[in-house]
This record gives sequence, structure tokens and C-alpha cells, in this order.
Amino acid sequence: MSMKSWQNQRGFLFLKEERCKGCGFCIDLCPKKVLRQSEVMNAKGYHPPELYDVEGCIMCDICTEICPDFAIYRYRSKERGKNA
Amino acid sequence: MLEFINGDVACAEGAIAAGCRFFGGYPITPSTEIAERMALRLPQVGGAFMQMEDELASIMCVLGASWAGKKAMTATSGPGFSLMQESIGLAAMTETPCVIVDVQRAGPSTGLPTLVAQGDVMQSRFGSHGDYRTIVLAPANAQEMYDLTIRAFNLSERFRTPVIVLSDEVCGHITSGVDLREKVDIENRKKPGSSECLPFKADEDLIPPMAVAGEGYRFHVTGLTHNEKGYPVTSAEVQQALVTRLVDKVEKRKGEIVDAEFFMLDDADMCVIAYGSEAGSAKKAVKMAREKGIKAGLLRPKVLWPLGNFEDYVKDMKKVLVVELNSGQFYSDAKCWNRNTKLLGGYGGELHRPDDILKVMEVF
Amino acid sequence: MVPQEHPLEQLLRSDRMPHIWCPGCGLGTDLGCYLRALSGMDLDKVAFVSGIGCSGRAAGYVAVDSFHVTHGRGIPFAIGLKVANPELTVTVWGGDGDIFAIGGNHFIHAARRNIELNVICINNAIYGMTGGQVAPSTPLRAKTTTTPYGNYEHPFNFSYMAAASGATYVARWTTAHTKELTKSMREALEWKGFSFIEVISMCPTTFGRRNGFADGLEMLKDMKARSEVKNFPDLEDTDIGEKIVVGKFVEKEKRSYLEEVKQWR
Repeated sequence: MSMKSWQNQRGFLFLKEERCKGCGFCIDLCPKKVLRQSEVMNAKGYHPPELYDVEGCIMCDICTEICPDFAIYRYRSKERGKNA
Repeated sequence: MLEFINGDVACAEGAIAAGCRFFGGYPITPSTEIAERMALRLPQVGGAFMQMEDELASIMCVLGASWAGKKAMTATSGPGFSLMQESIGLAAMTETPCVIVDVQRAGPSTGLPTLVAQGDVMQSRFGSHGDYRTIVLAPANAQEMYDLTIRAFNLSERFRTPVIVLSDEVCGHITSGVDLREKVDIENRKKPGSSECLPFKADEDLIPPMAVAGEGYRFHVTGLTHNEKGYPVTSAEVQQALVTRLVDKVEKRKGEIVDAEFFMLDDADMCVIAYGSEAGSAKKAVKMAREKGIKAGLLRPKVLWPLGNFEDYVKDMKKVLVVELNSGQFYSDAKCWNRNTKLLGGYGGELHRPDDILKVMEVF
Repeated sequence: MVPQEHPLEQLLRSDRMPHIWCPGCGLGTDLGCYLRALSGMDLDKVAFVSGIGCSGRAAGYVAVDSFHVTHGRGIPFAIGLKVANPELTVTVWGGDGDIFAIGGNHFIHAARRNIELNVICINNAIYGMTGGQVAPSTPLRAKTTTTPYGNYEHPFNFSYMAAASGATYVARWTTAHTKELTKSMREALEWKGFSFIEVISMCPTTFGRRNGFADGLEMLKDMKARSEVKNFPDLEDTDIGEKIVVGKFVEKEKRSYLEEVKQWR
């Protein structure tokens, strides 16, 4: 499965592109408006989102919680410190 | 220990002796005494009794209890048995051990709630939609209500399938001495070994070992057509494999299941076939016929379904008479064994009297 | 090392993803909230039961002992599990049709018993799996395939019905309220008695498109905008209309079924 990831100082944002059904919830609900629909088309014919403003993402978890397809999720750096 | 009890009470005692520790039911004549006895007895042995809101709930809580690892039973009569059919199919599909007692009364519909009949023979065999096999036992008296209920639990545990005790109003309500045998053989379902095993992958005996909830297997159970992992699959191939096994595990091993009483058949040229409480009248009629010089015998299936290979006993008889309290639900199979087979049927309300059976035998 | 997996991956049957639910359906988000609520619990002792319908498919995606049973009969099956093994935490998950139409009788009796079950009803106001027929929660005058001239029937208020039947914990949220819903689900999982959560959700495919909504996102935003949080409101005022009253509706002390059994056996 194709996996995308973006990294900034706050952490990582991951996307399992093949799970995405293009509902647009993450894009619309993002408080920083840093996601947009990508040009990519996945195997099911949907356009997954992309993080176009990487530094603007605050790794807040709203997209993770609202995503109905368990496709997009974030991992905060400070959690990495805690787990390490 | 000999107790003077009716067949329904004997059935409840048999269930407890077999290890039944959960009963879910709904009152209905003539089976209610089973629920009443279970309500009294189960708490004494650490079990749970629940009176549910209807028969749909009764059968379902029984299946739930079975998946929590308890031996579980419900009891009902025709109208309730009809309501349970969908979930009896679920039990067959999900291979859930459970016992359903149907104390038959006359139907269709509400019919004669307090009077005997045997109209549910086909429903007990094919009542739910789709193809599956049940095991159906037919006790003929209070003692057999005890013994066959124990056997029903053992078979359901061994074959992981619903087992139906197909009783009737006379069998349930007639009080007699019942030997509540203290030593009974108990069988328990096979347990899986490691948590890696596939929950619906059968062993060579066609039965998968059964994990229960709360043991850490984290399995999935569905009434949808499923693969060996228990996951739903929409395909003709998986359907073929699964249903073939569900049918085969009963049909190919029916030698372990089938049981019957053979009475005075060795030198007989007329075979009477009867089961349940009708068999009492039929046996009496056979004895009366013998006194009159008619060489009659009785074949009494104690297991109705799967159908035993009774053809060998019947095919060389000159005459075969099937006596049952319906319009020929067992006769429809029995008539294939011998060209000269007749039916003495009825619609219930009362048993055939030995005299009436004898009259038919005399003019056969 | 950075974990590459979704934080809920261990709770999902990953080999069954992607799930069958349509784009814009609320069920996946609702299930995510439930899985978050489960975190930290002894998963070997959790059983998940569902009936038939789109919501019913949830059982196939949750990596605990899970049961996908006959239509409307999730609750009695769950009662058998719980009473036979009181160690289990048992969730029943179903749609509005499954729990309140075909299974309505079981619901009110389970609530009456205050039996230790956690019932979650995903109310999307429609029969989705069969293509969009009128449900007991479909709004008056809404268009469905079996109400082509608009729905003539008044809908149920499930949360009010739960409370009236004896449920001792009742909450209602929408799919948009992920944090609140997760918190309520956790409370319900730990509740000693009958708990009920109504999740107002969206079916864009079979309800939305026949009733003026472009997609699931528009429905999600609409239900969020119409929501009004009120804890412990007068339940007579919680019928779903222009406003959707959400919040914790009932939380009251009453001995549970199994406590009663223990007391009197």
C-alpha cells in the first residue's frame, strides 16, 4: 500500500492513500487549512489529500479523528520522545 | 434416583445433568414447565435463567451464552418454534452448540394449545431458510425426555450444531417415574490450541474447535458466508465449501447419531413406524396384532433427522404402516423404502388409539 | 523510531480495510471514536455485537471477539454473552432500523432490566444497505425510495425512548462531535448498567442526495451547525427538528440487572 508522509518540527503526518475515499472531511475541517485535494488518483479512483503547507501543520489530530477511512493520521514528535 | 415427574420437568433435569447452565425462554403451553423448572434449578447450580421478551430473544440469548462458553437451552412450542427459525439458521451457519426443545401442540397457528400433535417434524428439519442440517431427537416418554435431552447436549457439543428435542404435549405432560441417573456421560466441545488457529477451519472430523469470547482469540463470527478465518466472503466458491461441510458434518457422520428402537421386527412381515408419544399407541397395537396372529413389529426412530438408513429393515417387509400425528411428514421419506407403505396420519388433538391402529393393520 | 501505523491499527482488522462504507458516510468516524474509547481497556474481555445493515458491518472491523448476528437481535445475543460471562464488557452497535425497528422490543426490555450493556445506535435516518428506504427515524416529509411523496410518519426520539424505558446512561452526539462522542463512549463502556449512545450520523448516498445535500461533508457541517449542546435537558424538548439537541441526557444511579441477581439469588 502506498504511504505518504510529511514531517515538520512538530511531528509527522501520514496518509495511506489507498484507503482514502476522497470525502474531503480532513481538508474542510483542518483549522489551519494546510490540506488540499491532490492530483493523485488512487486505485479506487479517488483523489487523496496532500499537505501542501508542511510547516503550517500544527499536528492537532483533527484530521485523524474525523477521517472515516483510517487513512490520515499524525504522530507528534513529543510523543516520540515519550515512547523512546 | 427415581422421581415421579412429568416429561417437561424430566427434560429440565436432563439439561442440568448434561451441564446446561443457561436457559432463555418465553412461556408457552405445553412447554412452560421446562422454563419453570429451570428458573428454580439453575440458580442452585450456579447457572442463569432468563425469561425473555419473546422467542426471538430467547434463541438469541441462548446463542450468546453458548459463545460465552456455557451450555445453553431454550424450550418452546410450535408458534415460538416458528419465531426462532431465523436464528436456528444462524446457529447452524455459525456452528453454535445449543439445544432447542419443541413440545409440539396442534397447529397451524394457535391451533390447540393444550393438545398433542406432531406437525413440526418438517419444520424441525428445514425450518430456516437455506441449506443446513439439524439433529432432531424424538423422545417418547418422560424417561426419554431426561435421557435424550442429555444426548441432545452431547451431540450439539460434538457436532457444533443446534440440536432439537422434538417432544409433544403428551410426552411433556404425562407424569411417571423417571430415573434421574446419577452417572451420565458428558461431552464438551473441542477447544482450539493456539490463538493462531483459524476459528472456522475444520479438523478431519469436519468440526472446527470452538474458542469462546473472553479467552483472547479475538475471533469474528458472522451469519454471512465466511472463510476459515471467519471473515465474510461473497463468492460461490466459499459458499460451496462452507455449506458442503455444514451438511457433511451431520450427514457423513450420521452413523454416530441415528438411533431407533426395534420391537418384534425379527420375524415380522408388517412394520409399523411411529415415534414420539404416538409410538406408545403403536406398540400396544403391535402387541394386540400379534395376539390376533398378525406378524407385526415396530420401528421407532429416536432420531428423526438426520434420516437413518432404515431401508434395510423395511424394504423386505410385506407391509409398512407409518403412524404419525400429521399429514405424513415422516411418511414422505419412509414411503421410499418400501413400495407397499401406507400412512395413518392425523392432525392432532388426541393420540391415535391402539384399537384404531389395529383396525388399519387388520385391513391393510 | 516513528511508528508508521495508524494509532488505531491494532484495534482494527487491518486485513479487511478499506471498509465497505461509502465516501462521506459517518460510520467510519463513529467507529474511530469507539476504538479510541476502547484504548487502555482489556481488549480480551471486550465483545462487540452487531446486527444487520451498514452499521452491522462494524463487527467485522473491530479486532476484539466480534459477532455479526441476525437483523435486530444483537441485544438479546449480547445479553446471553454478558449473563453467561459477566467479566465481559459487551457493546451492541447497530443502525436505527436494526435497533429500533426490527429490534425495538429487545431494546426497551434491555433498558428496562438495566442490564450491563453498552448500546450504540448510529442514527442516519435511513435504511442504507438496502438502498434508502424510510426508517423509524426518517424526518417527516423526507424523500426515500419507499416514501416517494415524502414521509407521512413521525420519527422516534430514540434517546427519549431509552430514558423512558429505564436506561441509566443516555447521551446523544453527532458524528461531528468526535471528542465528546469518544468521551461518552468511554463512560458508557465503564457504566454499570444499561448505557445508550445515539450518534446522529449521515448517509449521503441514500438519504442526502434525495434530500438536497451535495455530499457527506455538507451533511456533516449541517448537523454540526444545527447542534445545540445541553446536558440533562428536558427530554420532551429533544426531538430532532431544526435543532439537534446533543449532550449527556441521563446519568442516574440504579442497581443493575446483575447486581439484582447477585442480591436475590
